[in-house]
Amino acid sequence: METTMTESRDVSAAGITMDETQGLTFPRIECKNIDVFYGDKQAIFDISLPIPDRSVTALIGPSGCGKSTFLRCLNRMNDTIESCKVTGEIIMDGENINDPDIDPVLLRSRVGMVFQKPNPFPKSIYDNIAYGPRIHGLAASREDLDAIVEKSLRRAGLWDEVKDRLTSPGNSLSGGQQQRLCIARAIAVRPEVILMDEPCSALDPVATARIEELIDELRKRYCIVIVTHSMQQAARVSQRTAFFHLGELVEMGETDQIFTNPRERRTEDYITGRFG
Amino acid sequence: MTDVAPAPFRNEKALRRLKKRRAADARFRLYGLSAIAFALLALSVLVASIGFQAISAATYHKVGFDVVLDPAVIAPKGKDTPADISRNVDGFYALIRSNLQGTFPEAAEDRMATRQLGDLVTRLAVLPTAKWVSENPTQIGQAATIKVPLSDDLDLYLKGAVSKEFRLRLGDISAVTEAAPRQVRLTGDGAFKALQSLIAVQRQEVGDAVDARSILISAGSTTGRIMSLDADAAEVTLLTGSATDFSNVRPTARMIELPETERNVSDLQIAWTLALKDKGRVSRVPHTSLLTHTDSTYPELAGALAAIVGSLLTMMVTAFIAIPIGIFASVYLEEFAPRNRLTEIIEVNINNLAAVPSIVFGLLGAAVFLGFFGLPRSAPLVGGLVLALLTLPTIIIASRAALKSVPPSIRAAALAVGASKMQSVFHHVLPVAGPGIFTGAILGMARALGETAPLLLIGMVAFVADVPVGPTDEATALPVLIYSWSTNAERAWEPMTAAVIVILLMFLITMNGIVVLLRRRFERRW
Ligand SMILES: Nc1ncnc2c1ncn2[C@@H]1O[C@H](COP(=O)(O)OP(=O)(O)OP(=O)(O)O)[C@@H](O)[C@H]1O
Ligand SMILES: [Mg+2]
Repeated sequence: METTMTESRDVSAAGITMDETQGLTFPRIECKNIDVFYGDKQAIFDISLPIPDRSVTALIGPSGCGKSTFLRCLNRMNDTIESCKVTGEIIMDGENINDPDIDPVLLRSRVGMVFQKPNPFPKSIYDNIAYGPRIHGLAASREDLDAIVEKSLRRAGLWDEVKDRLTSPGNSLSGGQQQRLCIARAIAVRPEVILMDEPCSALDPVATARIEELIDELRKRYCIVIVTHSMQQAARVSQRTAFFHLGELVEMGETDQIFTNPRERRTEDYITGRFG
Repeated sequence: MTDVAPAPFRNEKALRRLKKRRAADARFRLYGLSAIAFALLALSVLVASIGFQAISAATYHKVGFDVVLDPAVIAPKGKDTPADISRNVDGFYALIRSNLQGTFPEAAEDRMATRQLGDLVTRLAVLPTAKWVSENPTQIGQAATIKVPLSDDLDLYLKGAVSKEFRLRLGDISAVTEAAPRQVRLTGDGAFKALQSLIAVQRQEVGDAVDARSILISAGSTTGRIMSLDADAAEVTLLTGSATDFSNVRPTARMIELPETERNVSDLQIAWTLALKDKGRVSRVPHTSLLTHTDSTYPELAGALAAIVGSLLTMMVTAFIAIPIGIFASVYLEEFAPRNRLTEIIEVNINNLAAVPSIVFGLLGAAVFLGFFGLPRSAPLVGGLVLALLTLPTIIIASRAALKSVPPSIRAAALAVGASKMQSVFHHVLPVAGPGIFTGAILGMARALGETAPLLLIGMVAFVADVPVGPTDEATALPVLIYSWSTNAERAWEPMTAAVIVILLMFLITMNGIVVLLRRRFERRW
């Protein structure tokens, strides 16, 4: 299992024959009839959503509509919430990752996550990045590990700022740098999918712009799902957008179409800010 | 005045409210400060009184004896083994007694005096000497200076703790006339005037009770008791030494407030002690035996070594049991346990357990460990087990608080990079919670170190003469030693008890110091 995983990952990393224009159209992840319950309370109602590879899918919707909850289904972080129950199928690479037989730990090594608030480990910058590769045995030697750390930090656009102080604590960075550190940490384990839950909500416009650039860059290699409250951000970084409301998927489609020509009234109201 | 619009911020009402609020602030600060001041005062009174008492036990008096280690006395059988010699207390004590009798021949005159002379040094005080000789047999037959502790009462006398004493220099004595054997009349022009006025002053204060007080007069190694006096002459009963000293050395008078019948040291013993001191044979030395000796019925021979080692062994057992179990229990409860009724019940009961009086744990220990499992009584093993039970709730509660304070985002971050639950706990949560957990553990241990009641119940109050070497040996512990010494009647135990309290406090301060260091070192690190 482990070896085939590594191989498939290598293939996807090496297969740089990507379509530069828009994300490939075949869905990387296919969600079918997802229901999520917190205890007796249902938070997600029968959502089916295909998520294409090598593109950014934005989840938008008013607060409390279940965006985070849905996002957490994709790497089974909902498992860590005791009262939470997820039903439905989430097909990734032909397997239902919502199946109890699937090891969530293995899944999470392929589906990385970046949280709303930067949450670096209370360790050095280097160790923050190196931790994932270490526990997954991705580096055979110290040099390998150094290379992974450098590559991840470069991809996250942080290398030049921290290369001289890799041993200083991750918390000593600024908020924006910390968030990029968290992105670097997520990509260091070579995931195929990256989930981002409002990654810029704690950042100023300059830091936000950097992260958005970064997302645009990462899109070429990864399948990215991002939750955002900023319509502009969704419009800027995503190729596809899904609008959630009260736990239901109201509308999904090409971002351009959603923002210029929404099919649903609710979507339009929300996007134009006429929504309560 | 009225037509001016009221200032928005400085109007009368606002100012009044501000004044009131400031007064309330000041009052509250005052309450806080006085509470802290009271606590500090209580603490300093406590520490000062213990310290003051303990200081007097920091040193004690030893007497030197120049003796010949006569084989006929210390190894009478002729072919004594070292063990025989080290056990021959009587032989060694005989050396000391005969030395004393040679120094103070007057004691031979009556049996009472002979016994009192012997009481200057406790018989068992020669044990270290006997041991030393048994280990160095070449010393047999040689001359040696043996230093042994002075009996506790005389030690206290020399430290001024037996009775209040008025001491004054007298005038020169011009003539010494011997009226009868040991009865002399000292004359000197106005030599006793100062003493006479002291007696007069005291008579005004306490009335005729002053007549019951002993007034001793000493010159050099000679001491006598003043029987009657006027300004120029005194009748003296010689206690020790020779009367000629009075004409050679200007004498000193001592009025001892406590009458002879009410104290444990007689005038004669005081006289001998003063003589030994005058001869330079008494020296005040650091009371190291407090740390190197084990318990004894004689305060001057007693030490806390066995209790210190007993406490350390007990703490070791406690630490080995309570810390790992406490940490694992708290990690389980905080990180892994499902939030359900059962967990809740367990949590509530752990909190309750922390409030159970320690003596109950002692009863449990006696019933279970001694009664059911048949473990040895008075053993640090059992003490450690009982104290481990006692500290377990404390450690669990502190560790859980430390684990709770680790932000959940760290756990989420670890899980999101594909760490297992176990890895997230051991790689990320525990290192962050570590200092907090250790703080709790050490504070729990500190509490255990001071516990007395449960140890009493499992028999660790036994008189222990040997230093325990293993956890199943008979042992006692510092707080129990404090308890048992403080129940002893003799005065000399008081400062000794205080000294052991100081030793215990040192341990506690060291442990708390470690806690502070740990906090400093790790808490603000990230
Ligand atoms: N741990 C939880 N336990 C119980 N209910 C929860 C939990 N987390 C979320 N919910 C509920 O599920 C619903 C969806 O929450 P979710 O956090 O997914 O919303 P969201 O769209 O991410 O909102 P926001 O934009 O404010 O982050 C809400 O009604 C919320 O109250
Ligand atoms: Mg959310």
